[in-house]
Amino acid sequence: MVSMSEDSPTTQGHARLHKTSPAESKSTQLAKPTSTSMFAQRYGGFALRARHFSKCAIRRSMLQASHQATNPGLEKDDRDFTGQLNVIDPESIPKIKTYRLLDLEGNLLDPDYKVPFTREEATKIYRDMVTISIMDQIMYDAQRQGRLSFYMVSAGEEGISVGSAAALKPDDQIFCQYREQGVLLHRGATLKELMSQLYANADDPARGRMMPVHYQNARINVHPISSPLTSQLPHAAGAAYALKMSGTPAISMCYFGDGAASEGDFHGALNIAATRNCPVVFFCRNNGYAISTPTEEQFRGDGIASRGAGYGIPAIRVDGNDLFAVHRVTAMAREMAVKEQRPVLIEAMSYRVSHHSTSDDSFAYRSRTEVENWKRHDNPISRMRKWMEKQQWWSDEDEMSARHELRKDILREFSAAEKVKLPEIKHVFTDVWAAAPAILKEQQEELKEFLGRHKEEYNLDKYENGINGL
Amino acid sequence: MLRLSRQIARYSTQSGLNAVKFNEAPFLANTVAKALDNPELPPSVRESSVRQMNLYEAINDGLRIAMETDESAVLFGEDVVFGGVFRCSKGLQEKFGSDRVFNSPLNEQAIVGFAIGYAAMNKTAIAEIQFADYVFPAFDQLVNEAAKMRYRSGSQFTSGGLTVRMPCGAVGHGGLYHSQSGEAFFSHAPGLRVVVPRSPIQAKGLLLSSIRCQDPTLFLEPKILYRASIEQVPLGDFNLPLDKAEIIRPGTDVTIVSYGTPLYQIMKAAQLAKEQMGISCEVIDLRTVVPWDRETVINSIKKTGRCIAVHEAPRTGGIGSEIAAEVQRLAFLHLEAPVLRIAHWDTPNSLSFEGFQIPDVARILDGIKATVKF
Repeated sequence: MVSMSEDSPTTQGHARLHKTSPAESKSTQLAKPTSTSMFAQRYGGFALRARHFSKCAIRRSMLQASHQATNPGLEKDDRDFTGQLNVIDPESIPKIKTYRLLDLEGNLLDPDYKVPFTREEATKIYRDMVTISIMDQIMYDAQRQGRLSFYMVSAGEEGISVGSAAALKPDDQIFCQYREQGVLLHRGATLKELMSQLYANADDPARGRMMPVHYQNARINVHPISSPLTSQLPHAAGAAYALKMSGTPAISMCYFGDGAASEGDFHGALNIAATRNCPVVFFCRNNGYAISTPTEEQFRGDGIASRGAGYGIPAIRVDGNDLFAVHRVTAMAREMAVKEQRPVLIEAMSYRVSHHSTSDDSFAYRSRTEVENWKRHDNPISRMRKWMEKQQWWSDEDEMSARHELRKDILREFSAAEKVKLPEIKHVFTDVWAAAPAILKEQQEELKEFLGRHKEEYNLDKYENGINGL
Repeated sequence: MLRLSRQIARYSTQSGLNAVKFNEAPFLANTVAKALDNPELPPSVRESSVRQMNLYEAINDGLRIAMETDESAVLFGEDVVFGGVFRCSKGLQEKFGSDRVFNSPLNEQAIVGFAIGYAAMNKTAIAEIQFADYVFPAFDQLVNEAAKMRYRSGSQFTSGGLTVRMPCGAVGHGGLYHSQSGEAFFSHAPGLRVVVPRSPIQAKGLLLSSIRCQDPTLFLEPKILYRASIEQVPLGDFNLPLDKAEIIRPGTDVTIVSYGTPLYQIMKAAQLAKEQMGISCEVIDLRTVVPWDRETVINSIKKTGRCIAVHEAPRTGGIGSEIAAEVQRLAFLHLEAPVLRIAHWDTPNSLSFEGFQIPDVARILDGIKATVKF
């Protein structure tokens, strides 16, 4: 692998990650206590919970454990003890460098790297990134015009979603946060499927229940997105364990942001994935912000990647605006996870060029200049385009006609989806339990009678089959 | 039996009326004939043999059958490998291997989240939360994820293969965090099922149904009954219905609705009410607390005209509130007295005062008297 220059723009963009003052970050971790307190340390929580209930059982397990104790720092080997009182200062640990393959001018930096794409594949990847960015603009405006209730663009992160998705296999299970439209598109979700979800119309398999951008697609193994952040990380670990148990050579691929990594589920998921040896790739999009909160208010360590080691999970930091690097790192992580049956953590450094969502005006907390700089100087789509042009695989004309064609396709599906009616009203009540209990059937009947008396108060024609859809 | 009497002594600090012998409850099958004379059992099981089991042994037997009949089933949680702190998973790792029965790190949200992901692959996850008191770190996973998975995906993805087992209820000396009954918190999350068994046969049959049903299910095991409740349990594979309450004592004057441990106190109080005052109590075990079987309850109240709801969880916002509201709505003209709720006071569970907090025989008997005399 090519080692990265430390002052590359991507690293600079996240230089604040490393500005922690030594005084603030001093760890107070002292030398471990002697082995006499080992049981208290190892079983303290356990004993408290179980006290009175199963004392004998606890004693038995302690006896067993004493023969196989491998508590780190309490080894029998004298060499593991020290007379020096050690404080591990995180400042003294070298920062993890960001892996890059493609420079800002579209040149590949590693002469030994063999491009794994044919012209056709590279074009598909490039077109998918462009599709997402055009869709972003159209949908953002549509929301502004009140035609869509909500939208979240992924501007600046198209390279992450498409590049990583290109490295995955059909059996891989996908768990998204919400800013990964490119993953769905590249895995074969149709524009019609995406638009049906956005419009929550009768063609939406979720029957119009979820806010826009909460995609799912059983056909391409994309699990349903939910709004609560990070809840999908332990799900991905569990699904990976299911793959492991059934002997399927596939992974769970789990996307989340740098803000989401502060949730308790991040800790729980990485820890259980490591202890159960689950083939899952945890893929963090570090784009510098969680809504208005910059990363220096999110964590004080060396980003997200540095946390991997603490869980015994191999970690890689990659330039998220470099499609080739993202693809290569993802392919390698996938291979490791399948072959070694263990989790891998990827942190892709990027920048959230867009507002957080249509409900957010990001210039309330950051400067336009900062955003413009990223847009102009470091963009995954233009970097890839420069490389494509150098191969003579792409030209200005190709660009013009592709953009024209994609825009036309998107607008066509957009208008079509907008015209489809909303799902039948009965779907207020379906899919709650596997079979509706009496209490729910009664409530459905109650709504039906009520609407019969007050139909003029509701826009029932918007719903498929109107009042008869209940 | 020394162990058993110790449990009783711990549970009931008071003597006389409130001393309940768990193994003498009339609904327990203490003979082979009684165990097999159960119309809810399939014919093959009614012809098979039985073994005396307490509640934890019956759960262990149910778990074994669930794992034998479903190769995808995994069982995990904190300390389940050595048998669990209540012995429910005893011997299962030896039988099914360390890939299917394993310890998790000490993190409840990860246990439930991991189980949801495993279940999302159309497999069976049986997760254990060591005490119901510690399920709250997983509240988000249960309420926002497990409960809503089917709805938010139009049934394309579900967490139906998920069962979360947890010991619940007062145990005599559990204090604030080894005594709680959190079922009502989950009654407010459409999509979940909450099941509470009263005895070993019920525990085995309801557990197997919970594991096999296509809804995410919380299975609350009254921990005081683990060793104290003993029955002749059929050895075969059987499911008991999750949509049916059971009338465990027919009567004509007042309907008492409950689930889990208080049924033991209620049965004694009902017997005393009969002997002392000639009052005939009909006792209903809800079994599935969420969603509950209103039909059986309402039909009973239309007959008796009086209703008492009893549970160990606090009164405000408890399951009894839902029962009372539905009873007054659906049987208003039949009621001859206000619906009475006998529950834990609206306080946390305490160590020294437990005897004054949980619904005991004296409080239930007092409530029966008040309701009938109204």
